[in-house]
Amino acid sequence: MSGTAKTYRVWIVDDEQGMCLGAIAALENYTVQLDGTSELAGFQVEKFFDGESFLSSLANDRPDIVLLDNKLPDIQGIEILEKIVAEGFPFLTIMITAYATFDKAVLATKLGAYDFLAKPFTPDELRYVIRKACRTLYLTEKARKLEEEKRRARFEFISVLAHELKAPLNSVEGYADMMINRTAGPDIGSYDQPMERVKVRIDAMRKMITDLLDLTRIESGTRNRTIEETDLREIAAGVLENCAQMAAKRNITVKLQAAEALNFPVDRSEMEVLFTNFVTNGIKYNRDGGSLTVSLARREGAVEMAFIDTGIGMTAEEQQNLFKEFSRIKNRKTRDIQGSGLGLSISRKIIDLYEGTVEVESTADKGSTFRVILPVKK
Amino acid sequence: MTKKRTILLVDDDIDYLFQQKTALEQAGFQVKTAEGRHEARELLSETVPDCAILDLMMEEKDSGFMLAYDIKKMMPEVPVIIMTAVTNDAGFKFDRNSSGEKEWIKADTIISKPVRPEQLIKEINRLIK
Repeated sequence: MSGTAKTYRVWIVDDEQGMCLGAIAALENYTVQLDGTSELAGFQVEKFFDGESFLSSLANDRPDIVLLDNKLPDIQGIEILEKIVAEGFPFLTIMITAYATFDKAVLATKLGAYDFLAKPFTPDELRYVIRKACRTLYLTEKARKLEEEKRRARFEFISVLAHELKAPLNSVEGYADMMINRTAGPDIGSYDQPMERVKVRIDAMRKMITDLLDLTRIESGTRNRTIEETDLREIAAGVLENCAQMAAKRNITVKLQAAEALNFPVDRSEMEVLFTNFVTNGIKYNRDGGSLTVSLARREGAVEMAFIDTGIGMTAEEQQNLFKEFSRIKNRKTRDIQGSGLGLSISRKIIDLYEGTVEVESTADKGSTFRVILPVKK
Repeated sequence: MTKKRTILLVDDDIDYLFQQKTALEQAGFQVKTAEGRHEARELLSETVPDCAILDLMMEEKDSGFMLAYDIKKMMPEVPVIIMTAVTNDAGFKFDRNSSGEKEWIKADTIISKPVRPEQLIKEINRLIK
């Protein structure tokens, strides 16, 4: 059919010519709007006058919907239905029962028919049943695609995870081999630096595992959330205090701008993770002697938290995969910065839980601003 | 005394870089290191190495391939080895010997990480002769 996004193939199996022609006439120019889209589905009808020709056609062709009469010249419709179900064909079968007996219809649906139509039926009744079937098919297909997409994403995640976890192991193993083979000479002091690196890589790996657990807990929804009015300013101040030493080491000034206590319904530990991620990023990706400002403000129907740093910033290209798992910006400026590559994707997942948004503005060598907005839930 | 052979070693893992460099230097090579494609390109403007050893995934997923392409275009006689852990982890397979991939993978050899230093040195010696 022209002008439709999808054409469903309907096979009608009935020995009554008039029935077949009637069904073709009813469905020929009929369209159904697919759920949640503006797309239309149309129908292409093919007819079979006996069970044998229908069954043999199934060997190399597939309909989407079958209208199956129970009373056929060769085989009983119910028998055909049993065969279809046993073979596990994915199409939907609608039984047509000539003598509108309730128990036949019940038997057919019990056996696996999608629906039934009792003869005689009007074109509208036929269209109604077909529309229902077509929506079922469409939703099933959509669910299958989603499932497929989820499986693929999971595979990709695990592949990258394996790669990320093996990298530190390889590194540690390499240093162990160096020592075993005395590659850097007989002096034990020559191995101080390598052993420092071993510690750094192990710490990073441990941090990655912790982050990974956070991420899966948030994603799976298994973490118990306690949403209650909480002062965000107090949380921010606590996080800044925890990170003070880290900032002081590189002479980075940390400021908190919040006019007053800012009570908002949140889960405290989620907010602590969120603030910690943005604050540690603001320090790690800063320049020595730079500054990080955390600013909190109430907006109409929302709260806004901004993390403004004077750090190394990012190019537009570097910003693209920022929130993707394990995505880390690799350049000469970031070479000594440790990170799991999960911090921002954890933060994004937390923000999603609050139906909030996060925006980034950044200029390379100037700094970045991350702006998180959490709306008041109605 | 013969002149030391120069190896260009490119990897974004600084530990891996350090370890391989140490091993290669012990084996008598002179080693220049870079942590990414761009840094390597800068080095190549002043040095022509006897062999280049490149990690595959650096700034980009295919930085190694791109750098190999750059090298073969500028200095086709320099043998290129690509090292990657991707084949093992993600189930991707690159086969230097299949005719289709020979066309676009501009490397003389692709070896899987982790690479043992002896193995790497053997490959280098085979390629530079």
